[in-house]
Amino acid sequence: MSVADLSGRIPNNVNLKDDKRLLRALESWQPKYIDWWMEMGPDGFQADQIYLRTAISVDRDGWAQFGHVKMPEYRWGIFLADREDGRKIPCGDHYGKDAWQDVPGEHRNALRRMIVTQGDTEPASVEQQRRLGQTAPSLYDLRNLFQVNVEEGRHLWAMVYLLHSYFGRDGREEAEDLLVRRSGNADKPRILTTFNDPCEDWLSFFMFTTFTDRDGKFQLHALAESGFDPLSRTCRFMLTEESHHMFVGETGIQRVVKRCAEVMNKVGPEPDRVRAEGAIDLPTIQKYLNMWYTSSLDLFGGEKSSNAASYFAEGLKGRFMESKYDDHVCVDGHYDMTVVQDDRLVQEQIPLRIAMNEILRDGYVSDCENTVERWNKVLEREGREERLYLPNRRFNRRVGEYANIRFDPQGNLISEHEWTSKRDQWLPTTADFAYVKSLMHPVVEPGKIASWIAPPQKGINNQPFEFEYVRK
Amino acid sequence: MAETAAKLPEIRFGRRPESYVHWKLEFQGDVARLRMAVQEDRGLNPDTVLKLNSYDLGVDLELADAVQRIRFEHPEVRCLVVTSVTPRIFCAGANIPMLASSGHAFKVNFCKFTNETRLYLEDLSAASGVRTLCAVNGTASGGGYELALACDWIMLPEDGNTAVSFPEVPLLGVLPGTGGLTRLVDKRKVRRDLADVFSSLAEGVKGRRAVEWRLVDEVVPSSQFQAAVERRARILADESAQATPLRAAPGVPLPDLACERDDARDDGGATTFRWAHVTMKVLRGERRAEIEVRAPESVPSSLDEIRAQAAGWWALRCFRELDEALLQLRFNFLDVGLVLVRTKGEAAQVIATDELLQEHAGDWFVGEVRHQIRRVLKRLDVTARSLFAVIEPGSCFAGTLFELVLASDRTYMLDHPDEANHVQLSEMNGGAYPMANGLSRLDTHFLGEPEKAREALSVNEPVDAATAMKMGLVTFAPDDIDWEDELRLAVEERSSLSPDALTGMEANLRFAGPETMETKIFGRLSAWQNWIFQRPNAVGERGALTSYGKPQRPEFDWRRT
Repeated sequence: MSVADLSGRIPNNVNLKDDKRLLRALESWQPKYIDWWMEMGPDGFQADQIYLRTAISVDRDGWAQFGHVKMPEYRWGIFLADREDGRKIPCGDHYGKDAWQDVPGEHRNALRRMIVTQGDTEPASVEQQRRLGQTAPSLYDLRNLFQVNVEEGRHLWAMVYLLHSYFGRDGREEAEDLLVRRSGNADKPRILTTFNDPCEDWLSFFMFTTFTDRDGKFQLHALAESGFDPLSRTCRFMLTEESHHMFVGETGIQRVVKRCAEVMNKVGPEPDRVRAEGAIDLPTIQKYLNMWYTSSLDLFGGEKSSNAASYFAEGLKGRFMESKYDDHVCVDGHYDMTVVQDDRLVQEQIPLRIAMNEILRDGYVSDCENTVERWNKVLEREGREERLYLPNRRFNRRVGEYANIRFDPQGNLISEHEWTSKRDQWLPTTADFAYVKSLMHPVVEPGKIASWIAPPQKGINNQPFEFEYVRK
Repeated sequence: MAETAAKLPEIRFGRRPESYVHWKLEFQGDVARLRMAVQEDRGLNPDTVLKLNSYDLGVDLELADAVQRIRFEHPEVRCLVVTSVTPRIFCAGANIPMLASSGHAFKVNFCKFTNETRLYLEDLSAASGVRTLCAVNGTASGGGYELALACDWIMLPEDGNTAVSFPEVPLLGVLPGTGGLTRLVDKRKVRRDLADVFSSLAEGVKGRRAVEWRLVDEVVPSSQFQAAVERRARILADESAQATPLRAAPGVPLPDLACERDDARDDGGATTFRWAHVTMKVLRGERRAEIEVRAPESVPSSLDEIRAQAAGWWALRCFRELDEALLQLRFNFLDVGLVLVRTKGEAAQVIATDELLQEHAGDWFVGEVRHQIRRVLKRLDVTARSLFAVIEPGSCFAGTLFELVLASDRTYMLDHPDEANHVQLSEMNGGAYPMANGLSRLDTHFLGEPEKAREALSVNEPVDAATAMKMGLVTFAPDDIDWEDELRLAVEERSSLSPDALTGMEANLRFAGPETMETKIFGRLSAWQNWIFQRPNAVGERGALTSYGKPQRPEFDWRRT
């Protein structure tokens, strides 16, 4: 087991103190990171004491140490999952050969690109969420937001560590650029479109952490199957943190649904009456779900992708749980894909490697189905007949085979006319956004909660809900 | 590998802005805007999906047409802005699946045509003073960046993402096929070591570094990009207005070229294209074409009359027709190896036209006609078919049309005892139509004997076969007894030789004299690109080009040649 070094400026389990060159590089990046955090991190709470968990090692007990801490003083560290002796390249043409401990020259650019693209999403989401603290429904939720934020920051550290250690000058420049791009800024946008969309209310935040962070989970799983071992180890540890983000999202929506169900039980299901009670009506929840789920589907990339094929072939990126498959080379197999041909949906056989994005998306879709199922359990428990559903993956897409073609949420091809006439039933309208926004008022008294969301079943780290998760 | 040109419907060449599919051409005062908006599903081959503003021949035909129309129809234009309609995507270059599924001959001809179009863009600026600005408003890779390289000024938004790139070597195992590498070091004078790094980096170079490396001229924050492009277009237009005389509207519309076509029924038969001044008979069974260019029947007497005739003026129309004939040959008749070039009509009318071309060279329209003739002759120079000029009684190889003799690989002139058969030079042979090497065809012809070029130019009258032979103007001058046999044997012999060897031999011999960027581009295209496109490392079963977009990785034969 690796030994964590917590004494230096940068906590780590990668023997940073013995690598002076790398230490110097990271120490010179650190102040720029703090500058970025002060400028773009949570707005208005930098001086407060937040009850956060901090990773101090990668073993079971070490990665979740709790205590009150000011965010700028958070101990962002570099932790990689422990090295597995004799690890082999898990997929592609080099399957079964020793995993690379250094970057192979011919894959340097592709790997750098992948790491930069992944790394870019981490600060992007902090930027997207930076004003949410001002309207948190409870201190518990405020704390969860900040936990997610600091951990996204740590994920950025993890990617920067890889860039600094393995990619020379180019890597250092890319690391600087990660602090220069800004979510939603036309002049220096974040790389992926979804990470430039605003996340301005808490319903969006919970949807984002449910759906967009879940894309992150699947991307990290695929990168955890990389033949480039340092990337694999980094991602494996990041996954432990990512699951908390999805917990925040999934339970957040669960509580919004619960509150909605309680209100419906009281005043009936009509959206107007639900809204009159200060809760969020189910159709609006569904519309937000539709929007964030489909925009997150886009993050997996095109259904047919030669880039995805070559990443797999080169062993740079595998599938979700690669070891559960029998064939790790995938030269011969096919994938049955539904595509649009002459205004009809038809089945097409795609070479397996070309379909790698879609295969990863399959896992994601089924994971999301389970999530929606759990939300529906809440409705069921509250004795409601209504149900939420996951729209078809073809609905409302901006990337890939189905982009710019109109589908209904069931995945049927529809006319532009039908789309225009029904769009407002499927996706949030300006009025919906305005309504949700009108609910966004801060609740900062311990133990109190906003009208549109139910309190959590239990607090963080066995603390009660009333606990003072954020102290002035 | 199947030949694309064979399996596709025949390619047609005429284009009109009203029916452009892939570009939007707009005019605002003295600035023209040409915006790329490639329609994915409207490629020449219905099976090809033109993703991400990637282009096929159809896209490039429209581009070439637009450049041509700006010159003739919009003399008021001082600056051309080339950009794209698609957000975040400028142009992804030539469509790779289209290239990968095309036969070698089509691929090379496609690349050659796109090269010519890029050179036309450069010529628009160099010869007509229309400054060109490329607003690279999104990813520009491969041919997309090569398109930018053909413009005078390249602007890139600085958004941390948008890059210019040449991914051909790392991703496809081929070369940027439209003169990109040559333009990097020769035109933009990018340092060769940086060019080496750039050309092996699939993701390309962005932002300040792209300026530092001289890959682009200017980077601007995205939010200010449009405004900066407008400002720069204004500056370029004003510079152009100061440097070149006013070119008064109205322009000269270019109507479609009417062409009658006859197809013989049997497979080995002939296809004949009949335009007003040019006829091309393609003898498919014999792999030979015969082109006849006819002299004007009458000649305008003044500039006003020239302007009144407009696009109907012989000097313009005849060479537009010849241009289309060459494209027909290149794309629809890949196996025609030998072209016999003949003329017919009154040499005096051609000479009279030359005098007009000379006298009114300062008029913008006449000037554009001269440029057009020069470009068509250059297209003839780089047409990879054997060209034999056949000079018989009744022909009119005089002045401008004598360039056809000089452009040919060989010439046969009938030395007839009874019938008059002459060639004649005019001042127009003295440098009005420079070749890619910057020299006139006459100077290139007599590279080692410059005095002979001077002597030929000083003879202001028709010369007969014996004299032409003596002066070194023609290759052979058989008499009427030998003529038919000589010609037949020459044709049969030529038609029997390896087409590849002939292409190589002719390309080597045609461009003696100095190297220019243009000769380098075509030279390297026909040598290196041509060769790489043939090699198993590119097009073999596991070649990089074949493997692109497929699940398997390329495998290389590592021996360097």
